[in-house]
Amino acid sequence: MKALLGVLLGAASMLVVGPALAETKLTIATVNNGDMIRMQGLTADFTAKNPDIKLEWVTLEENALRQKVTTDIATKGGQFDVLTIGTYEVPIWAKKGWLVALDKLGADYDVDDLLPAIRSGLTTDGKLFAAPFYGESSMVMYRTDLFDKAGIKMPDAPTWTFVADAARKLTDKSKEIYGICLRGKAGWGENMAFLTATANSFGARWFDEKWAPQFDQPEWKKTLEFYVNLMKDAGPPGASSNGFNENLALFNSGKCGMWIDATVAASFVTNPKESKVADKVGFALAPDNGLGKRGNWLWAWNLAIPAGSQKVDAATKFISWATSKSYLALVASKEGWANVPPGTRTSLYTNPEYQKAAPFAKMTLDSINSADPKKPTVKPVPYVGVQFVAIPEFQGLATTVGQQFSAALSGSTSVDAALASAQATAVREMTRAGYIK
Amino acid sequence: MAREHTKTYRAGISVIAWAASLTLFFPILWMVVTSFKSELDAFASPPVFLFFDWTLENYHIVQTRSDYFRHASNSVILSCGSTLLALLIAIPAAWAMAFAPSKRTKDTLLWMLSTKMMPPVGVLVPIYLLYRDTGLLDSRMGLVALLCLGNLPIVIWMLFTYFKEIPKDILEAARMDGATTLKEIVYVLAPMALPGIASTLLLNVILAWNEAFWTLNLTTSKAAPLTVFIAAYSSPEGLFWAKLSAASTLAIAPILVIGWLSQRQLVRGLTFGAVK
Repeated sequence: MKALLGVLLGAASMLVVGPALAETKLTIATVNNGDMIRMQGLTADFTAKNPDIKLEWVTLEENALRQKVTTDIATKGGQFDVLTIGTYEVPIWAKKGWLVALDKLGADYDVDDLLPAIRSGLTTDGKLFAAPFYGESSMVMYRTDLFDKAGIKMPDAPTWTFVADAARKLTDKSKEIYGICLRGKAGWGENMAFLTATANSFGARWFDEKWAPQFDQPEWKKTLEFYVNLMKDAGPPGASSNGFNENLALFNSGKCGMWIDATVAASFVTNPKESKVADKVGFALAPDNGLGKRGNWLWAWNLAIPAGSQKVDAATKFISWATSKSYLALVASKEGWANVPPGTRTSLYTNPEYQKAAPFAKMTLDSINSADPKKPTVKPVPYVGVQFVAIPEFQGLATTVGQQFSAALSGSTSVDAALASAQATAVREMTRAGYIK
Repeated sequence: MAREHTKTYRAGISVIAWAASLTLFFPILWMVVTSFKSELDAFASPPVFLFFDWTLENYHIVQTRSDYFRHASNSVILSCGSTLLALLIAIPAAWAMAFAPSKRTKDTLLWMLSTKMMPPVGVLVPIYLLYRDTGLLDSRMGLVALLCLGNLPIVIWMLFTYFKEIPKDILEAARMDGATTLKEIVYVLAPMALPGIASTLLLNVILAWNEAFWTLNLTTSKAAPLTVFIAAYSSPEGLFWAKLSAASTLAIAPILVIGWLSQRQLVRGLTFGAVK
């Protein structure tokens, strides 16, 4: 009872004190990753410049955050003033009118400095609806010592044939060295991010121009067969439960010859505090098949303002601060250039100090530039997104398809059966959602 | 000979009991040990158990990054508040069902339980809209009410089974002596069913403490309990096991201690009436 009384009294006192405060409080929803946590630590710099704005951080794990932010914005709950959302959500939410266009970011913001590939994914009808905080693509990370020992040289832009040959040569299962570590855990942001991007380089696509699913086409069969066979010959055991973190642990403990994953991993695998192979890592672009598309993805975490927010001005000021050039300089002055959030601004990659501090800078930039979310595939498609399809139905659909592909990897189903099941699911879901008439 | 047999028998039982409890306790122990590792050791393969550089760094990081005491006090308020409110409603309800059943009592009991079978996400949007319009989003009051309602069927069911074990005659005797219904419940029924009420209370506190769906979805900062505190330390990209373990250890510590202290009461309550 006392607790209840406390709650009642507390609530009553909040009502009395509330209006007396003149400052604007911004509630910011964000994901738990290193760059975001660093930003929280630098709050004082923003509040010193804007004493009338107070920041309140709500940090959550990615999936928990996505569920919560989506509920809030879809019901216009108004719990958050600034949202951290991915490149998947931005075009969908902008089209629904759920986001405020960011056209007042300030005179010195320099929108044209944003990397074109990233900016294009955040622009709908010519307007920017979210500002990128950090961006990433995917690339090949490989062990230079193992390659030297095997007498192979990794080119800057390898083909899938080269990668597969090298992986098989590097594999020595008796010493627990596996030629290649790839994602296998089911999920639209797990194995399907990797496989969709890979499929792009094999000439496959999710849907044709009329939204007909394409899993019954030879390109998908080639992609999945290639992946399953390669992992069987040169992958670690139990790969169907490996996601980013599991592969990171394998690579850092010296068990992978190559790992194709997010460019953000570069700073983890080269950090001697976390990695046993920190000084033996080289980087290359994600592989291709000579069809004009590489198997790399494009992702960014972005800051946006929900439509209907009462605090658009303060929120815009915050977003402008957090995604500006001066923020990058601020992080560099406090924690060094290697810790600056990557992948958003051209000027960062022309900065000699950054190039010196981050040996993977050039490869990251080339990877990001070679992905085009508006033209992701060899054949034309009706959707936006490289490793995803920016429609609301994609999360559920791709997770179901991902489970089938993960089962094919573990051997509990065949490649053909997995593709047939994926096709059937996709046709059913797309018909139900009204894309297929 | 018989004594020998008893001795081996007892030793065998002890070994089995120890093995079972260690197996059950091992994940918690592993979590506590991991919270003292560096992120690299936490991810090491093969895993290291005791021989690594013990560090308090994770606790330091967790302390500087988030406000543990605010989250913990919210957890205490939510779990105790919702439990007390639930008992206040459930004791009279269970009394009525146990001692003054009507034709529909059995159906009502089953219907109440059936509400627990609905996945909470099915009513997320309606509840969210309701809370938005009544200003209850991110409020402790709103969550106390919701957690209370969510656990109420279980509380009523548990109390109902305990009350059923109490002979009706004793209550009738009290009534013969002129006790009102309230007095009958407070002075006769409650003391007799105390172990049952206590274990219901404890179980409900634990359920409310661990509730992670509504507490995650309906709070942002003011009313956020320890479940939200833990959710801030997991990540699909990056090393986080050691920090997550530290946050989880801090989050379960209070309820673990309460559980240990009240173990006897809990077991007595759960087996109450098992042997007639």
